[in-house]
Amino acid sequence: MPEVLAVKDLVTKFYTDTETVHAVNGVSFHVDEAETLGVVGESGCGKSVSMHSLLRLIPIPPGRIESGQAIFQGRDLLRMSPGEIRQVRGAQIGMVFQDPMTSLNPVITIEKQVAEPLLIHRGMTNAEARTRVVELLTHVGIPCPEKRLADYPHQFSGGMRQRVMIAMALACSPSLLIADEPTTALDVTIQAQFVELVKKLRDDFQMSIIWITHDLGVIAGIAQRVAVMYAGFIVEHATVKELYANPQHPYTRGLLGSLPRLDETRSVRLVNIKGLPPDMCQPPVGCPFVPRCPYAFDHCKAENPPLASVNNGHTSACWWDIDLGKPRG
Amino acid sequence: MPATVETTPSSNILLKVENLKMHFPVFRGVFRRRVGQIKAVDGISFDVIRGETLGLVGESGCGKSTAGRTILQLYRPTAGSIILDGEDLSKIHGKALRHRRRKMQMIFQDPYASLNPRMTIGEIVSEPLEVHDTYRGKEKSERVAYLLQVVGLNPLYAGRYPHEFSGGQRQRVGIARALALDPSFIVCDEPISALDVSIQAQVVNLLEDIQKKMGLTYLFIAHDLSMVRHISNRVAVMYLGKLMELADRAEVYIDPLHPYTQALLSAIPIPDPVLEEQRKRVILTGDVPSPANPPSGCVFHTRCMYAERVCTDKVPDWREAHAGHWVACHFAERFIKTRGD
Repeated sequence: MPEVLAVKDLVTKFYTDTETVHAVNGVSFHVDEAETLGVVGESGCGKSVSMHSLLRLIPIPPGRIESGQAIFQGRDLLRMSPGEIRQVRGAQIGMVFQDPMTSLNPVITIEKQVAEPLLIHRGMTNAEARTRVVELLTHVGIPCPEKRLADYPHQFSGGMRQRVMIAMALACSPSLLIADEPTTALDVTIQAQFVELVKKLRDDFQMSIIWITHDLGVIAGIAQRVAVMYAGFIVEHATVKELYANPQHPYTRGLLGSLPRLDETRSVRLVNIKGLPPDMCQPPVGCPFVPRCPYAFDHCKAENPPLASVNNGHTSACWWDIDLGKPRG
Repeated sequence: MPATVETTPSSNILLKVENLKMHFPVFRGVFRRRVGQIKAVDGISFDVIRGETLGLVGESGCGKSTAGRTILQLYRPTAGSIILDGEDLSKIHGKALRHRRRKMQMIFQDPYASLNPRMTIGEIVSEPLEVHDTYRGKEKSERVAYLLQVVGLNPLYAGRYPHEFSGGQRQRVGIARALALDPSFIVCDEPISALDVSIQAQVVNLLEDIQKKMGLTYLFIAHDLSMVRHISNRVAVMYLGKLMELADRAEVYIDPLHPYTQALLSAIPIPDPVLEEQRKRVILTGDVPSPANPPSGCVFHTRCMYAERVCTDKVPDWREAHAGHWVACHFAERFIKTRGD
C-alpha cells in the first residue's frame, strides 16, 4: 500500500518563562492509503500536539517544532511556507476536532461554514457551493439539509454539530482525515452513530484516517493499526488485532487491564496503573514509564528503550521481554 | 437465566424512592411568566438495599444527576417521597433535615470545580466536621489525617491547595470530604468521568475498598455502562426523566428487556477488535427529544424500532416483569418469550 503520510522523528516543545514542556519527543509513524491509524493515549501524552504540529497549528511561540519530517504526497509539511500549508489544510488534509460545541463559529450560518473551504480552495461560486453543501450534509445524514442551511450551530444538537464538522472536513475530498477525539463529547448512542458514519465515509471516499482517542474500545472497532503514546513517545505500535491479543508494553497492558469489560462474567478487581502520569516539564531521561512500571529494572532508568520489533510489524519500546520474563537480549 | 433475586425484607431497604418528580419551571418574557416546565425527573420509583451499589445510567440530559440531587434534597422535589431509614426527607425541613444530611453525602463529577481553590485540602475535608460540630481541636485534625490516609493521600499534604494536586488526587479529596461525617449513603455523581483511564481504575478500586470497610451504600450515577456494570450490584437505566429498566447487573447486561437498554448496550464499544468485528449493532436513529416537550405515551417511542400504536397513546407501567427485574415497556414480556425460557 502506498503511504499517504510519513512522519519521522517529530519533536515539539513549548517554552514558558521558567520551564520547557517536552510535549512530543521524537515520534515516527506512517499512514497508508485508505487505512485508519488509531493513536491512543491519556491526556497530556502528546497525541494532539503531534497532529497539530503536522498541520502547523501549534502557536509559535510558545511552541516550537524542533525537528522532524512529515512527508505528505512527496512534500514536507514542516518545511512549507505559511501560504503553501494553507493550501493543504482543509483541502488535502481535513480535520475534525474534539468539541463540536466550540469548534463551530456561533455567529455564522452552517451554510457559510461548510462552504468556506469550497470557496477558498475550489474557487466555487456561491451557487455551486450551496449545491455541494446540501450534498455533503445529506451524505453525513442531516435530515432536510436545504431547510437547515440558514441555521446557526446552536440550533443543532451535539451529534449533529459533529456531523457538520465532518461535512466541513470532507468538503474538498481530502486524502487524509485527522480526527482528534471526535466522539469524546458525545453520548454512547450518538458515538455509535458517528463511528458508523465515519466507517461508511471511509469506504465511500477511500480516505486515510488518523483517529486520536483515549478510548481503547472505539479504536478496536475502527482502526487497522494502533500506536500507543505515553509521555510524548510512541511506546507500542501494532495492528489492532495483534495489539489487543498480545500487548507487549507494560503501559498498554495496564491500560487494557484498567478497562472494565461488558463481557466480563464476574466481578474482578481492575488492574490499575499505580502513580501519576509523568511531568512533561522534566526532560526525558531513561524510560518515561519507569516510576509506574511493575517490571522496571536498573537499565530502564539509564536508557530510554527504542521501538524494537517484537514480531512482524509489531514494535514495542521496552527493555523487558514480558513473555520470557527477562530483559530483552 | 433464572431470577435469583431473593425478596428483600423491608428492614434491609435503606432508601425508598416513590414516584419522585422534579419539574423545573420555565419563565419567559418581560413579566417572567411561567410558560412551561422541564420534567427533569418524571415519576421514578426504586429501592436501594443497604450495603449495595445501585448504578444509575443514562445519556446526558436524561435526569440522572437531577435524580441524585433531588434524593439528597439539594432540590426540593415537586412530588413523591424519599424515605431514608424510615424518614421521608421531602417532609422535613431546617434543623431536622440538616441533621439527616450527615447520613447522606455526595461525590461530585468535576474534581476541578468541586473544591474551593482558596481552601487547603485540610480545610476542605474538615469543613463538614465544623458545620456539624462533630469533632473539635486535636480530634478534628486527627480525623482529617485519618480521612486523608483512608483515601490514599499523605496526611502531610493537608496544608496544600487543590491546584497542587492532579485530577485523581483531587477526586480523592472529594471522597475524603464525603466520608468525613461517617455517612451511610453516598451519591456518586459521575465521579470518574473527568479522569484519565489509568486513574479511573484507581478511583473505582478505592470506592470499592471503602465501601467494604465502612459498609457504605452507593447510588453510582454514570454514563459509562461498562464501568457501572463493574461496580454495581443492580443497575437502573434512565431515559428522559423516567426509569426504563432496573435489574440485577448480570440480568441487565445478559437479558435486557427494554429496547432502549438493548440499544445502549450495543452502542458500547468493546475493547476487543475480534468481537467488534462480529458484533451486530442496533444503531439508534435521531437524538434525545427535549425534556421540555417529551413525546406522548412511552417517551422512547420516537427512537424505538419496535414501537406500535399503543406506545404513542399509553404510558407503559413500571412493573416487575419477573422477580427483581423491573421494566417500563408494553412489550417487555415479548422479549422474555423470544428468548425461549
